[in-house]
Amino acid sequence: MSKFSDLGNDLYTGARSFDFVGRRKIWYSIAAVMVALAILLPILRGGYNFGIEFKGGSEFRVAGVSSQSQQVAVDAVHSVVPNSDPLVTTVGTDSIRVQTAQLTDLKSEAVRVALAAAYKVKSSSVASSFIGANWGADVTGKAINGLIVFIVLAAVLMALYFRTLKMSLAAVLALVHDLVITAGVYGALGFEVTPAAVIGFLTILGYSLYDTVVVFDKIRENTFEVEFSEKVTFKQQVNLAINQTLVRSINTSIVAVLPVASILFIGATILGAGTLRDISLALFIGIIVGTYSTLFIAAPVYSHFRENEPKYRKAEQKVLANA
Amino acid sequence: MSESAVTKGARKRLTWLGVLIIALVAIIGLGTATNAGASFAPKLALDLQGGTQIILAPVVQAGTKVTQEQLNQAVAIIRQRVDASGVSEAQINTQGNNNIVVSIPGNPDENTLKLIRSSAKLEFRPVLETSQSTSASVSTSTATPTPAATSGATLNSTPKATATAKATAAPSASATATPAVPGVDAATQKFYDSLDCSKPFRSAGQIDDPKLPLATCDTSGYSKFVLGPVEVEGTDIADANAGTVTTSTGASTNTWAVNLNFTPAGTQKFADVTGRLFPKTAPQNQFAITLDGYVITAPTLQAVITGGNAQITGNFDKNSSKSLADQLKYGALPISFEVQSQENISATLGSEQLAMGLLAGGIGLLLVIIYSFFQYRALALVTVGSLVVAGILTYLLIAVLSWRQGYHLSLSGVAGLIVAIGITADSFIVYFERVRDELRDGRSLGAAVESGWKRAIRTILVSDGVSLLAAVVLYALTVGNVRGFAFTLGLTTLIDLAVVILFTHPMLELLAKVPFFSSGAKWSGFDAKALGLVTYAGRGSFRVAETVPAGKAAKASKEANKRQTLAERKANENSASKSESSK
Repeated sequence: MSKFSDLGNDLYTGARSFDFVGRRKIWYSIAAVMVALAILLPILRGGYNFGIEFKGGSEFRVAGVSSQSQQVAVDAVHSVVPNSDPLVTTVGTDSIRVQTAQLTDLKSEAVRVALAAAYKVKSSSVASSFIGANWGADVTGKAINGLIVFIVLAAVLMALYFRTLKMSLAAVLALVHDLVITAGVYGALGFEVTPAAVIGFLTILGYSLYDTVVVFDKIRENTFEVEFSEKVTFKQQVNLAINQTLVRSINTSIVAVLPVASILFIGATILGAGTLRDISLALFIGIIVGTYSTLFIAAPVYSHFRENEPKYRKAEQKVLANA
Repeated sequence: MSESAVTKGARKRLTWLGVLIIALVAIIGLGTATNAGASFAPKLALDLQGGTQIILAPVVQAGTKVTQEQLNQAVAIIRQRVDASGVSEAQINTQGNNNIVVSIPGNPDENTLKLIRSSAKLEFRPVLETSQSTSASVSTSTATPTPAATSGATLNSTPKATATAKATAAPSASATATPAVPGVDAATQKFYDSLDCSKPFRSAGQIDDPKLPLATCDTSGYSKFVLGPVEVEGTDIADANAGTVTTSTGASTNTWAVNLNFTPAGTQKFADVTGRLFPKTAPQNQFAITLDGYVITAPTLQAVITGGNAQITGNFDKNSSKSLADQLKYGALPISFEVQSQENISATLGSEQLAMGLLAGGIGLLLVIIYSFFQYRALALVTVGSLVVAGILTYLLIAVLSWRQGYHLSLSGVAGLIVAIGITADSFIVYFERVRDELRDGRSLGAAVESGWKRAIRTILVSDGVSLLAAVVLYALTVGNVRGFAFTLGLTTLIDLAVVILFTHPMLELLAKVPFFSSGAKWSGFDAKALGLVTYAGRGSFRVAETVPAGKAAKASKEANKRQTLAERKANENSASKSESSK
């Protein structure tokens, strides 16, 4: 850890410095490639794989069972549709409810027969029907509406606090970058999009902006009255701020990612597909991308937006003349 | 600020934290002891604990069919109604071509069922005729009639409107009551004459023509009415909420009422119709409010109501007034439903999911503690302490909200809380790094804690402000799972703020007085050597730092003393120009 605390000191004094702002062309290119991949790969894979909570599906109701074991139903469904992830619930005292992705009539009949055999009941006591999405269009519509209102209000809040709209723009740009990439990983890997994944996705939205605001607050502090300086330029002060908060950025992202990684690891290895894996995967990717984008997208973009303002341009020329 | 003032302030804040925790425990304890439904164990959501599945079948007249659009609309309205009753993350979806399945955690009571299934078509109609139902005597003899409650119903306007009404009250006596009531056709009159409110007289899902008079009974079966055509509809209501009636002096009474707020169009209609009815004689100066065809109240107008606000009183209690207000707020269902079946359902996730989730959370927390120990040495104790306090507050608040707000913890909720560990820890990291920055500038620990805090709290407030904004906006505008998420986010953000202000900061202020920390001991996390003067080289050995000359520290310290905005800029210039030259 000695190296790390050295790093903290050097970054603070500026003895050591990473050039986040100057090499922005590289970061922009990486971001462009990543975003393009995040959009293209899911399309090539054939679009997103939405779960039954979004699309609806088939439902089977087994009545009069003597054992309410849920595993029996999972096995029975797997015998017909191997790659499915059925939701099994016991209902009342002698019924089982099985929900699967929408099945064809033929498959649906086969599942009905398999369930009857597995629970040792007559096939007439297994009823099948279609169920609609419980994450309906109304939920999605309201969520999108809420998100747009939130982003607009957050941009206004940041603009008021930082006294510049350009910080809001840079932060929202980085946010979009994070969301597109996180969603892209889901699409590219073909993971089922479940409500848990969407909740994870929304958490990222909050985290990404939060992280950006923390770093921007330091930038605000460092660039205060920088146009009167004859020694440093706006660009240099932005870069110094990123470096000075770098230890915090690294520490925060590690601390945030550790619990998520442990949920992801346990969720994926011991439990397999399910709520925990879905939510922690979105978070895992999102936290890493969110921290990355603050340093490599939000801050350089902000500098890009502002450094050519006349007052900063004039100050920079003076600094260069002095040098 | 003198030394003792700092200590005093810190103690005071810690005391407040203690008070907060004790108050939460007391609230839950009291709620448990008085059997009010509170419990120290938070309620779990459908996925973890199961609940009740209610299948609703539409009630339609023979020959008509339910369209998919009506069904979706009904699902959306039911979802909002269920959401309004608490953060329970209920699941609502369609089944087959007709039914709606509502799954809610726990066992619903009759009010919840009514809230879910009743169509809630609200109409305002003028009263043309009214009399006691023939059933009144029957009902008196059978059970517990509450005639006083309905007959005492009034329709109140805002106090201002009532005042103007008193002035115009006099000229109303001229109207004469005629035996044949205009506007009532023979068929309706005949139906009304023979109407017996103790017997069912409406068919299921009956739809009344809004342009025709209607003969019906009130919900208690005490009075029967002939009502004129619909004047104002439920859709003219902008907002509705439940509350107790306050007297003119502002004192609260025990009478529950539903307060209505009309849309601009509704306000106009309501003003027109009350203006027309007010001068008439009884009963035609009465106004009936019907819900699904039954009169819930028929108040006598005491004023022309122009303000767009009205209050319905009747035989309401707290729950029934809230359920009516929620039904009115979110609109009438396009069709009526009846409960086809109501059964218990099990959890969709095995219990091992929750156990594994908690295990993963535990491991994650342990890793966080180990990492922060590496980074912050003895200071990690403050981090761990803060996380423990945050954990206690979260647990208690969830228990309280489970009880008061119907909050049910789902597995995604648990994951959200685990993730909050990281976001909560960030506040400490921002703070500690700021303090270290101040130390690097050569300040004493006590001074560094104070000035570092002033800068850190700005950052913490604005960044938590953004999170809180997300929580509030999403909670207000969304439904279902997203709303549950927003609730958890808001909760953890507020806890983060409370912990950093009431625990982390005062603890650090107190620790700054302890020689171990203020002297910058090796393992204190504020190791002056590791922070710039001498570099910690690992494995217990030290080497003198080459990067920062001794003079630099003194200079920085001198600057730090007179530092404010302008001086701060100079300090930054120094370091920045240094970075340029070192390249």
